Amino acid sequence: MESFLSRYRNPLILLTVVLVQLLGLAVQVRRTPSHPGGEQVSLIRYWVVSLVTPIERIFLFSGHGLSGTWNNYIDLRHVRQQNAQLQAELDRMRLEQASLAEAARQDIRLQRLLGFQQQYVAKTVAAHVIGTSGSELSRVLYIDKGFDNGVRIDQPVITPDGVVGKIRNVFAGTAQVLELNDPTSGLGVILTQTRLRGILRGNTAGQLEIVDVLPDERIEPGEPVVTSGGDGIFPRGMPVGAVERAIADPERNPYVALLVKPAVNLTRLDEVLVVTQTSDAMPAAMQQDVTTSEQKAADILAQRLPGAAVEPQLGPDGKPIDANAPPPPVRPPAPLHPDRFTPGATPPATSLQPGATYPVQTFAAQPAASAPSTVGSAAEPSQSAPAHAKSDSAAAPAHSVATKPDARPARTAGAAHGRKNSTTTSTPANPESQPQP
Amino acid sequence: MAMIPHSTRREKDEHSLHPAALILIPVLAIFLQVYLPLRFPSIQVLNLPVLVVIYFAVSRRSPVAGTLIGMIIGIIQDAMTHLPLGINGIVDCIVGYLAASIGVRVDVENPGSRLIINFAFMLLASVLHIIILGRLLGMHQHWIWVHQLIRAVVNALVGVVLFALFDRMRRRA
Repeated sequence: MESFLSRYRNPLILLTVVLVQLLGLAVQVRRTPSHPGGEQVSLIRYWVVSLVTPIERIFLFSGHGLSGTWNNYIDLRHVRQQNAQLQAELDRMRLEQASLAEAARQDIRLQRLLGFQQQYVAKTVAAHVIGTSGSELSRVLYIDKGFDNGVRIDQPVITPDGVVGKIRNVFAGTAQVLELNDPTSGLGVILTQTRLRGILRGNTAGQLEIVDVLPDERIEPGEPVVTSGGDGIFPRGMPVGAVERAIADPERNPYVALLVKPAVNLTRLDEVLVVTQTSDAMPAAMQQDVTTSEQKAADILAQRLPGAAVEPQLGPDGKPIDANAPPPPVRPPAPLHPDRFTPGATPPATSLQPGATYPVQTFAAQPAASAPSTVGSAAEPSQSAPAHAKSDSAAAPAHSVATKPDARPARTAGAAHGRKNSTTTSTPANPESQPQP
Repeated sequence: MAMIPHSTRREKDEHSLHPAALILIPVLAIFLQVYLPLRFPSIQVLNLPVLVVIYFAVSRRSPVAGTLIGMIIGIIQDAMTHLPLGINGIVDCIVGYLAASIGVRVDVENPGSRLIINFAFMLLASVLHIIILGRLLGMHQHWIWVHQLIRAVVNALVGVVLFALFDRMRRRA
C-alpha cells in the first residue's frame, strides 16, 4: 500500500484535491432546473440519483418480467374460483355504490350551497416504486416516473387504499416521494367521527402520529382519519388511517399525540398513483361509473328477487293499467233491499216539524236465510271493505236526522263495529241492536 | 484483543483489495441498501455502507484513506435521502478514521474482535447521528435506544459474515 501511495503520490494528491473541490462545488452549487417550476437540486444528488436509479429500474423490470411470466402464464390455479368471488364482490360493490350515489349527490348539492369547492382526483399517473433512501432517518421512495411524465413537486401520491406521501424532488424520469411517516412530513387531517382536526407527521420509529391534540374522551381507537384538504395538496376526504391509541406528549403538556395506523402499508409498496391533476367537477369517468352501477344494481336486484318483476295488471278492457293514473272512485254496492238508510227513505230535514211524529218506515226482520246473503257481501272483500268504509261515513247524516233516540246506540255500535272490522258489513247480526220503532 | 506494535501489525498484515472490488463493493452495498428494503422492509435495520467503510479502513490501516472512503460513501448515502448532504458523510468519515486507527493497533482478523468493533462503531454512528441531527440541524427526535442496540448487534453479526467474504477477495500487498 505504501509503495502504491509513494509511487502515485502526486497524482493521488492532485486527484484528492480536485475531488474535494468538486464535491464542495457539487454540494454548494445547485443545478438549474431543466424545466419550469422545477426545484433546484444539488449536483451531487442529481449525479447519484442518475447513477443509481437506472440500475434499480433494470433490476425491478427484470424481476417483474420473471414474476409476470410465472403469475400470468403458469401459476393460474384457483383463477376461476377467484373470478367468481370477485364477480360477487363487484356486484355487492355496485349495490353499495348505487345506494351511496344519491347521498353523494345530496352532499354535492349541500356543498354547493355552502360555497365549498370539492376537489376530485381528475388525472393520475401510475408509477412503480424502484427504491428507497436506505436510511431509517429518511423515509423516502423513488418512483419510475418523473418530469417527463407530468410529475411535479408537491403532487400527492396515493394508492387505492389511501395516502402515501407527496413528491419531494423531481428528475427527468424519476421522482422522490416523501412518505407520510417521515419526521419532516406534515399533513392536515380530520377525524371523521369527532371532527377533530390536526397535523399528522411521522416519528423516529416510522409511526404516524397526530400531534398537539387536546385529550378528548370521544376519541376512540379505530376512528378513521382522512385528509382535511386544508393543506392545498391533498384532496379532502382521502383515507389516511385509523386511530390506534393516544400517548402522552411530555414536551407539550397537556397535549397528547394520537398514534395512527396507516391505511397503506408504507413498507411494502409496489405501485402508486401520482395525482397530477384535480378538478372541481366530478370526472366523467366517475359519473359514468355511478350511472353504470345504478343500472347494474337494478339488474342485480331483479335477478336476485324474481318476485320483484311484477307483471303489469290488466284492466277490464285488457289493456295494462297505468300505475300513475288516479284510482277509480269507490262506490257502495247496491243494497239488497231498501231500509231507512236508503237515500230518499227519510224525509228531508227542512220538512220536519219540532214535536211532530213521523212514521218511520220499518222493515220486517230478515229471515235467517237472508242473513247469509247480507253477510255474503263480506265474501267480496274487495268490494265490501271500501263500501263499508264509505257507507259508514255516508250513513252519518242519516243518523243525525233520526228522531228515535234509541237508534243512537245502534249507530254507535255499528260505526264502532265498522271501524274495527272493515271486512264485515254494518248490518248487525244481533237482533237487539236492530233499531226499534 | 491483543495489542501489538504499530509497525509490526502494519508490516505483517497489510493486504489490499482488487481495484475493481474497491469500486464495486461500495456501489453494491449502497445499491442493496436502497433496493432491498422494498422487498424486505426489515433489512433497513442494516447499514451496509458503514460496514464497508469499517472494513476498508481496518484493512488499509490508513486513517487518511479511511477518512476519504468514509466521506465519499457517506455523501453518496446522503444523496439518496432528502436530508442535507453531509450527515452520513461526517459520520462515516469519523468512523473510517477511528476504524483505521484501531486497525493498526488491534488484531482485527479475529471474528470476536470484529464483532466487538462493529458493535462499537455502529453505536458510535448512532450517537453521531443524534448529535448532528439534534444539535447541528435542530431536528429533535425521540430515539429508541433499545432499537439502536438491537440494530448494532444485528449489524455486528452481519459484519462478521461480510468481512469473511471480503477476506476471500483480498490479496497480499
